[in-house]
Amino acid sequence: MKQLVTGDEAAAIAAKLARVKVISAYPITPQTIIVERLAEFVANGELDAEYIKVESEHSALSACLGSAAVGARTFTATSSQGLMLMSEILFVASGMRLPIVMANANRSLSAPLSIWCDQQDSVAVRDCGWIQLYCENNQEVLDSTIQAFRIAEESLLPVMVCFDGYILSHTAEPVEIPEQAEVDKFLPTYKYPYLLDPEKPITMGAVGVPEYYEEFRYMLQEAVLKSKEKIIEVGQAFGRQFGRKSDLIECYRSDDADVILLTMGSLSGSIKEMIDEYRGHGERVGLVKVRAFRPFPAKELVDSLGHAKAVAVLEKDFSPGSTGALFSDLSGAFVNSRESPLLLNFICGLGGRDVSSLQIREATKAAMEAAKTGEVKKTVRWLGLRETMVGLKP
Amino acid sequence: MKLPPSTIILKPGNSEQNETGSWRSLKPVVDSKKCNGCGLCWLYCPEPAITKGKPVVIDYRYCKGCGICANDCPVKAIVMVEEGQK
Ligand code: SF4
Ligand code: SF4
Repeated sequence: MKQLVTGDEAAAIAAKLARVKVISAYPITPQTIIVERLAEFVANGELDAEYIKVESEHSALSACLGSAAVGARTFTATSSQGLMLMSEILFVASGMRLPIVMANANRSLSAPLSIWCDQQDSVAVRDCGWIQLYCENNQEVLDSTIQAFRIAEESLLPVMVCFDGYILSHTAEPVEIPEQAEVDKFLPTYKYPYLLDPEKPITMGAVGVPEYYEEFRYMLQEAVLKSKEKIIEVGQAFGRQFGRKSDLIECYRSDDADVILLTMGSLSGSIKEMIDEYRGHGERVGLVKVRAFRPFPAKELVDSLGHAKAVAVLEKDFSPGSTGALFSDLSGAFVNSRESPLLLNFICGLGGRDVSSLQIREATKAAMEAAKTGEVKKTVRWLGLRETMVGLKP
Repeated sequence: MKLPPSTIILKPGNSEQNETGSWRSLKPVVDSKKCNGCGLCWLYCPEPAITKGKPVVIDYRYCKGCGICANDCPVKAIVMVEEGQK
């Protein structure tokens, strides 16, 4: 059945369909509607779950550790400053291999204070050991959230489902809502292998002295790398059952493209429209969308971008003093390949600034020029920046 | 030995294997005449280092020398002395 829902509602409905047993979250814009809806579902009896109220995001995720450790299917949601406040516990959740699922409505970070969209929040915690999936539209929010539980439980890793604040979180789109019985079939009840059980005492979250610490970190690295296969497998199984499959990346008219744009999140939708326009004029331009940012699909990207002459990476984040995060990961992916396309980085859409078709054209044009001349004039550029307003002296 | 993937210790009670006595620089000494056996030091000792009784007995294999017992004893029956003295 199709329903008109916002991205936040899609995440809440997905968590309900997954029959989560525990929700612990703290409200923060633009994610609040997710936890409001879930609180309503619990209050009116539609969802049989424990809703744990807490005083901060740090506590919310801490409560989630406990509930995941007793084997309860656990969900939380946050955004921006809330994710930052959780950051200490993010690393604990992955280190303890607890399969928590979290929705993150992407929002910029203070300062300056901003409640609007960019992806700096989740990108800033890319090293926390969580799987990170980025969504293009509200259907993907629902689909990826349902898949996230199976990926998490079968890889023993926490999963963050990221979607652009306001652009998706507060915008209603028609979304196909699957039947409960179908989701039950896709997501059977699971059993956590190391149950916290007073009858059988074990130590969880033990100290890792220097003789052991490195092995535990290596096991985490192997697990996150291996989860690639799981993301593909679960995406295919979802496709077989619901008719919409997902993968680590999505290639849009890029197979024969000389110039490829690379991005993640809702911007992919706008870029697809531009690609169709370019194609209409006979220009060989394509898009590759990154769905899984962690594990990073390095091989898949090299395979699908390697034939291009130039790749323009558009991203709503940057690492001050370096480049955009997606760009630096992509550069790393090409490091030992014999041939690499020219790579260009475009920082855009920070703090909720709209990424216009003009800006996408500007990036495409620069990449086309690089493809033609074999030379990149400027590696990192900021789209839509009003340079006349930049005062560098106090 | 294979480690489990989670940071978990599956066999309980293994803190006994970790003899924390080697950490000590100050050593608690019980005055058996003053000790009234109230058990406060036993309650507050963070290691399995004190056996209840009158007087209490300290197991120096586990006593790490933190001095909590001496601080908490209501009749000042425990004094901390430099390791190697007496
Ligand atoms: S010094 Fe500390 S560890 Fe030793 S017996 Fe006293 S309280 Fe216990
Ligand atoms: S606290 Fe002092 S009096 Fe009480 S049992 Fe310990 S040593 Fe004895």
